Parts: sequence; structure tokens; C-alpha cells
Amino acid sequence: MRVVSKKVLVGSPAARIVRISLFAPEISKTAKAGQFVVVMAEEKGERVPLTIVDADAKAGEITLIFQEAGLTTRILGSLSPGDNLHALLGPLGHATQIKKYGKVILVGGGVGAAEIMPVARAMKDEGNHVTSILGFRNKELVILEEELRNSSDKVYVLTDDGSYGDKGFTVDRLKKLLDEGKYDLIYAVGPVPMMKNVSLLSREYDIRTIVSLNALMVDGTGMCGCCRVSVFGRVKFSCVDGPDFDAAGVDWEELENRNKVYNPQEKHACKLFREGKG
Amino acid sequence: MNSMPVRPKELPAERRVEGFGEVVQGYTEQEALFEASRCLQCKNPACSEGCPVGIDIKRFISQIKEKDYRAAYFTLKEKNNFPSICGRVCPSEYQCRKACVLTRKGSLFASDQAINIHLLERFAGDYGRDNGLSLSVQDAGNPAKPRVAVVGSGPAGLCCAGELARKGFRVDVFESLHKTGGVLRYGIPSFRLPREVLDSEIDYLKGIGVNFVTNFLVGKTASLKDLFSRGYERVFLGVGAGVPSFLGIKGESLCNVYSVNEFLARVNLMSAHKFPEFHTPVNTGRHVLVIGGGNTAIDAARVALRMQKINGIPLDTKIVYRRTEAEMPARRLEIEHASQEGVKFEFLSQPREFNGDGRGFVKKLVCLKAELGEPDSSGRRRPVAIDGSEFELDCDLCVIAVGLKANQILIDATPELKTDSNLDLIVDPDSMETSLKGVYAGGDIVGGEGTVIEAMGMAKKAACAIINNS
Repeated sequence: MRVVSKKVLVGSPAARIVRISLFAPEISKTAKAGQFVVVMAEEKGERVPLTIVDADAKAGEITLIFQEAGLTTRILGSLSPGDNLHALLGPLGHATQIKKYGKVILVGGGVGAAEIMPVARAMKDEGNHVTSILGFRNKELVILEEELRNSSDKVYVLTDDGSYGDKGFTVDRLKKLLDEGKYDLIYAVGPVPMMKNVSLLSREYDIRTIVSLNALMVDGTGMCGCCRVSVFGRVKFSCVDGPDFDAAGVDWEELENRNKVYNPQEKHACKLFREGKG
Repeated sequence: MNSMPVRPKELPAERRVEGFGEVVQGYTEQEALFEASRCLQCKNPACSEGCPVGIDIKRFISQIKEKDYRAAYFTLKEKNNFPSICGRVCPSEYQCRKACVLTRKGSLFASDQAINIHLLERFAGDYGRDNGLSLSVQDAGNPAKPRVAVVGSGPAGLCCAGELARKGFRVDVFESLHKTGGVLRYGIPSFRLPREVLDSEIDYLKGIGVNFVTNFLVGKTASLKDLFSRGYERVFLGVGAGVPSFLGIKGESLCNVYSVNEFLARVNLMSAHKFPEFHTPVNTGRHVLVIGGGNTAIDAARVALRMQKINGIPLDTKIVYRRTEAEMPARRLEIEHASQEGVKFEFLSQPREFNGDGRGFVKKLVCLKAELGEPDSSGRRRPVAIDGSEFELDCDLCVIAVGLKANQILIDATPELKTDSNLDLIVDPDSMETSLKGVYAGGDIVGGEGTVIEAMGMAKKAACAIINNS
């Protein structure tokens, strides 16, 4: 649970994205692409889920990448090598189903670019042709382009404002690709509106689309049901039934609403945290 | 003879809701002596038969009567590792006290006249804790004995670990959460089971050599097979019934509709009532409904009520139950406490759907009125909804407490483990051994939702089998 290394990938006033490696020999041995851990940054902290971006069994380390958004990610972002987390549990959830699909498109929005990385590597290793589409708000927030180039056959980078790569959204590029060629699977991770738009588009082309959902969790082991999502009208727990689901069945509005349940508390806690630091 | 039972002192209801302090104060020595003196010391006591672990109740009560509290403590400990816990949370009115000769014949639960066995158990248990009494360990950490992995640190796991450690076995307990205790910690609120009682019982186990490994989910962090390859020769599975059931009605995933596990875990495990000092939030409703009639439903309602009080909101928490008070499976004492504190009850009401407020939050619960029909398999009269009897209840926070199922993580990861139609583990009833050799199980993962003491009874049986087969 010790922080081994830390790198600030984006450190602008608008956003901070941080990569940390943790000493977690047990988890590093069994973690597979698509799985996650639950972390508690400190004793009085919350339990939050984070995708395992990389696992190095030899070194006994796992890597997490997160954007500082809520209180826990801010605390995590303030840790230094040598610091210990209060709790770390994993690997949780089902691994992404990796097999030879043929031509696969991975879509990563914002910090979702980090979450598609292990899937890109695994898909590539399995002999798939991998195309990655990465979308960011602006040039400052672009992360992991180089890393994804190493594990994809083709990479497209877009920014909302056109300050880097093509101007536009990930679905714009996705549409072009689907119009021009034939693909067998889409895997998307990012903000809910992005995943929803990817899903709506891919349905028109009748391509199987998997999304990794970012529901709120407490235990992460199926005990509390906080992370429940409706998929094809049935209640599923993201933690034990997911986090990957068939995008066509997801009730996006419900997910978006449920993810906002504690926004007022989150804002308040973050304000106190900033004041405490200042 | 047959004088009035000694009622324990309780915090006044209006003070209770201000926090999470223990409601029932234990007996003083004088009170315990008086209550013990009411025991008839029957020639053929029925009370012990009502106890899932068969405590020699007659004997420990007579030892209290003789002021030999030390002996009373050890009598309890012969059969029950955690008298301080069970004395607080056992539904004794359905067990030993119901069997007491002073209970009216044919009664559904214990009569008031029955001896307050649970309070005497608590008295002797607390005496032992306060005076640092502990049973001797035979052959501590004997390397000749097989190493045992206990999976889950709830009532069953703790009990099994304690039994084995006392006989010199080296025991490691694996727990997925960051804290030990299982449902005793995340489920039962501190006003029923103070954390220092739980902590001291767990510390006692550590003292006799039990090693706890938290943040370790067997089935994910490592498989059952991995445990054997790491040198454990026996495994006990006490993983509980940790998965909440839902009603399957419309609107059940609206915001502020909680499962009872989530609601209670946020408060009991994560201390959400102390937000923002603790970082886990929980919402507080103006109109709270809790659906269900068991102890967890009552616990949730009493927690919700305290959250209202702490946040300066007028108390409005109701329990919605399909049957009537008589059929509620909850402990009678808890029902009484809840109602003293201000929890209201909406009986004979069957939830039909939730309506939202247009922003994704719950606003109303639509119910149907019900009447009681023929008894069902549980022996309780079945509620039958009345057509056209819809009515609405205001509800901006709802807790669903309608039962729990077995967690399937370990079972999914271990196809060799055989389960029944409820997906509970199938075991040999005598040894508690599962379909996998050397793997034993007990508690809710075997029997479905039961009580703390029933879980301990099974764990004890498994521990005996492990001891005898080693």
C-alpha cells in the first residue's frame, strides 16, 4: 500500500492528473485488464474505486492514474513516494473479455485514456488490430498519447477546442471510421455523456460496444448495492457484475443522476480541503 | 418466587436519538443478583435447548446467584466465545427466553416474566472482559497442527478462529474490508453493540494468537486453491449473506433509495454521521421510509432517525411492512425501542412503485393496502394486496431492508463448491465440511439469513470437526 512513485501528468490550474505506483504484490500478481481496486487514502477517508492501469508482478507494483476531482483523489494526489494508503483492495470486478475480435476501436475520454491502456495492450497481445481514439478538452490535458501509440495500430487525438490534434469530439472521429471501414468491437471509457454518445452511434452501425462504468461504490464487493446500474432493464452491481457492460443496455440517465447524489457534500469537503491547505 | 423481572436501565428516548450511545445499560451487580434469584433452577431446564450453542444457562445463572461471576463467565465461554456480544444482540425472546418455563405456553416469543437470560449473560460477559479473564490456550501455535485460513471476520469467522486458536492452531483470518467484525461492524449500529465491546472481543482473539489480514478478498486477491498452495491445510468459509435483495419494483434505483447494507455501512463502518470529519457522506431525509420488518430494518430506521436529529430535521421516519407487528421478525425489544424513539409504523402496506421528482431523486412511494391471508411456509400469515387500494407516502429517502443473499464472489471463483437452490453452500450437517475436502463453512453462507449465535453455533461445529480430524 506504499506509494512507490508518483508523476503529475497534468498540472494546470484547470486540472491535475496524477499517476502513482503502489507496492501491492498480491494485486499485481492477479490483476487483469479492466479490473479495479478500492482505495482509502487515509483512515477517515472514503472508499473509492480506481481502474488498475498497469500491473507489474515482478516489481510487485500496480499503477493508478486519476484526475483530482473529489476529496479522495485530491488527497491521493497530495501523497508522496513513501507514504502509505490506509486501505487497498483488489483486484475487483470482472476482467475485460479479451479475445481475438479482429478490428477493435478503443475510445478514451479525458482520464478514460488511462483506463483503456491495459485493454489496448491486452487486445493487441491477442492479435487484434487496435485503433485508439482519445479525446480531451484542450492541449494541456492530453495524456498518454505516446503510451497508447505503443499499444495501438492507429491513434487519433482530438481536442474540444482544436488546440491539439483534430478539433472535435471522439464520436466525430468514431463516425468517420465506422463510415469508412468495418470494425468488430468498440470499447469506451470516459465521462457518461461521451459513453452514451458512443453507444447511440455504434447502435446505428450495429457494432457490439462495451463500456466500463464509473458508478459510486462503498465496499466494491457486492455488499452494498450503491453501484447498481440498470442494464437492459435489470439491476446490476457495477462492482461484481461489471464494471464492463454492453453499452446498448445501459440506463445512462439513471447512472448520471446516481453519480451526482453526493455532489453537495463533495463540494463542501473539497472546499474545506482547499482551505485546510491554504 | 415469580417476582417482577428486573428491567435494565435505558437511556431516555429523547437522549438516545442525539447520538449513537448504547441504549440498554447493563445490569448492576445488585440487579443481576436479583434477576438471577428469580431463576427457578428447573430440574429439566428447557432454556438451554432454546440456545443454538447450548449454553448451560441454569449453571451460569446459579453461579451468578452465588456471586461467583468468574465461574459464570467460564461456563458461558465453554459454549460461547462472545458472551458480551451475544448478551447484547441475541434475539433471546425467540430462543432461550422463549423456552424459559416462565414464558406462557404457545406464545410466539418470550413473556415479560421470563428470566432475562441475555442480560445476565451480558453481565457475566462484561465481568470477564472488565477483569481480563481469558481461557487458557493449549499448545499455543503448535507447528504440528495444520494451519487454518478463516475467510470472513464476522460472527462465524471470529468464533471458528477463537475455537481453533484456543486449541493451539495457527489461524489467519482474511477479511475483505479494512476493518474486522463483518456484520457486527458494518451492520449492527453502535447503540446496540458498542464498538469497544466488539474491539475488545477481537483484541482477545489477537491476544490468543489469531492473525487478521484485512483488505484481502478470497476469490479475487487470491483463490481458495492459492490458500492451500500457501500452506493452509484447512479453510473455514464464513463469508456471510452479504448481498442485499431489492424489491424489483419501478423506481428502485432512484437517487436516495438505499439498500440497508449501504445505508448502515456508510454510517456504522465509514462514520458518515461524522461527515465531513470522516469523508464518506450519507444523505438525510425529511421523510424517511424503511421497508422491511427485521432487525436490520429497525436498525436502519433508528439510524435514519438519529441522522435527522443530528441535522436538526423534525423526526419523520416510518417503517413500511407488509404484515403486522406480531409477524415482524425483529426483536421485540428493538421494535419497542424504535417506537419509543419516534419511529412510526405503516403496517399491512405493500410497496408497488417509487415516483421521482423529475431530477432523479425519489419523492413518493406508492403502496397497496394488504390483509393477512393463510399462513405461508414461514408459518406467518401471508399478506395479500387489496386491489385498488393504492395510497402514496411522502419519501425523499428510502432504505430497502427486505433480506440478504449469499455473496457469490468466492463461489463463482470456485466451481467445485456445491450450492443449493438458494446459492448457499451445501455442507455435511455433522462436520460442516463442504463438497471440497478440508474446506468447511458456517454462518449465513450455509444457512441463509440467521442470527449471530446461530452462525457461531455452526462455526463451532466446524471448528470441532477441524480439531477432531487433525
